[in-house]
Amino acid sequence: MTANNTHGNLVKVHGVDKVFKRGSEVIHVLGGLNLDIPGGEFLALMGPSGSGKSTLLNLIGGLDRPSEGTVEVGGERIDKLSDRKLAGWRARHVGLVFQFYNLMPVLSAQKNVELPLLLTKLSKAERKKRAAIALDIVGLSHRSGHYPRQLSGGEQQRTGIARAIVTDPTLLLCDEPTGDLDRKAGDEILDLLQALNREQGKTIIMVTHDIHAAARATRTLYLNKGQLSIDPVE
Amino acid sequence: MKYLYLLFSGLKRKKLRTGLTILSIMVAFLLFGYLSAIRQAFDAGVDVAGADRLIVRHKVSLIQLLPQSYEARIERIEGVDNATHSTWFGGIYQEPRNFFAQMPIVPEELFDMYPEFVISDEHKAAWLETRSGALVGRGLVDRFGWKLGDRIPINATIWGKKDGGRTWEFDLVAIYDGAEKGTDTSQFFFRYDFFDETRAGGTGQVGWYTVRVSDPDKAAEVAAAIDAEFANSAFETKAEPEGAFIQGFANQIGNIGFIIMTIMSAVFFTILLVAGNTMAYTVRERTNELAVLKAIGFTDSGVLGLVLGESLALTFVGGASGLGLAWLLVSMGDPTNGSFPVFYLPTANILIGFVLIVVMAFIVGIIPAVQAQKLQIADALRR
Repeated sequence: MTANNTHGNLVKVHGVDKVFKRGSEVIHVLGGLNLDIPGGEFLALMGPSGSGKSTLLNLIGGLDRPSEGTVEVGGERIDKLSDRKLAGWRARHVGLVFQFYNLMPVLSAQKNVELPLLLTKLSKAERKKRAAIALDIVGLSHRSGHYPRQLSGGEQQRTGIARAIVTDPTLLLCDEPTGDLDRKAGDEILDLLQALNREQGKTIIMVTHDIHAAARATRTLYLNKGQLSIDPVE
Repeated sequence: MKYLYLLFSGLKRKKLRTGLTILSIMVAFLLFGYLSAIRQAFDAGVDVAGADRLIVRHKVSLIQLLPQSYEARIERIEGVDNATHSTWFGGIYQEPRNFFAQMPIVPEELFDMYPEFVISDEHKAAWLETRSGALVGRGLVDRFGWKLGDRIPINATIWGKKDGGRTWEFDLVAIYDGAEKGTDTSQFFFRYDFFDETRAGGTGQVGWYTVRVSDPDKAAEVAAAIDAEFANSAFETKAEPEGAFIQGFANQIGNIGFIIMTIMSAVFFTILLVAGNTMAYTVRERTNELAVLKAIGFTDSGVLGLVLGESLALTFVGGASGLGLAWLLVSMGDPTNGSFPVFYLPTANILIGFVLIVVMAFIVGIIPAVQAQKLQIADALRR
């Protein structure tokens, strides 16, 4: 099954297999998967646990490599890049939002947001300024000096989103961004993602189990047994 | 520099554990610094011993005397530049714990033989004019708060006087300083002519000879020639380099260097385990955070450097404060209340301390750092 949009595709995943080995056991997570994502799309990936959603997200984000096939983002074959170049590519083009926020507990919200900017040549003042702008976008300017333990789940996730957008990445990859939040906080996060997509044209790929969250996306695809479908899994 | 807060923030996670580890590293380096000063105190004479100087003593034992007449015979041996003699006086000033070396010597020869003793012409002249005069090192003067003109009574344990008395009185007329930091300024010299005329027994005999050779490369040959000169006599000799002689003297207490090295090896081995354990836990607990760093663009080698940097921060804070504390304690004075000829923390040992800090940081951090470097992002994020 191919889920395609041939005009201005930012992401092109072609013939991707992903195989994991656990001892003598070989697990085929993705098999011959094809996916094109145009720039500016807000794509929701749904599917049962173990269907390969996060694996696909990791491949698109350059966090993992396919066993077979190609992954192209913005015209660049990221599956061909060396580890060092891939790390640099991630720093420039990918913003990641995690289910459990994954903030550094010993750093303030401001310092957490600044982390990706350490890899740039920006001055300290410029880093601070950009982090402040990112926190402002997510509505957390007033909490910049607070540590993660002093923030609510929703605020921590908004800090995570600020960290993801602070470098103005090409792609925003969200792995269950509302999975650890209550409905109200989840809605706020989805509002924010939707605004980033609509107002700033961010291309967002969101893995979710929540049909309510997926409804916010411009397109929803379903992954089951390593294959993509436009229809919900039965 | 921009990563500095990231290094230290890792250590702030478990403040108690980090604090205790830093404390244990600090104690190890405090011990290292303090014991280095003690070792230096024992080795001071060896370090500053002249490569061109030999010590000639009785073949059987240092406490057996040699004839004063040997001096002229030694000076006639080929390769000998000049010679002078010293004798162990072994007296007590006020009470036994106030130990310091006292030796009768020939003033003019002392100045020539030991250029590392810095004495003003005025003090030299005063000593040459005063038969009961004493030349005292600055360290000893400071230790007892003496000043020029003081009369210093010393009770003899070996050398009684002809008049039956055992208290020798000396006039402090000259003070010497050390040309180098390690020069022994804890000695008390007085005139041999005064000593020889006043002592009840042993007249015409001396403790040992210090011999300067013209060519240090031929010191061994000259030493053999001196021993051959006096072979089969009533006073056979043993000639050896000054450094070896002083080392032998120090070794009468024990092999201080070996003892200190053994203690330090045990301490550092234990600290390596403690700090290694801390670093291993620190990294293991942060697998997820390290994976996030990689995910947002930190390279494998960047993460390796970060963990090693954290290890260096840990050992540096502990090690540098330990060395600093050792320096402070050593500056406050030696633990024997002045019995050591010198007591200071040598610059070389401070540098060695800092090298040890870096080596310790590497040993402690390298395994967790490599583990962090090899971390697979996707796997680690799932944990």
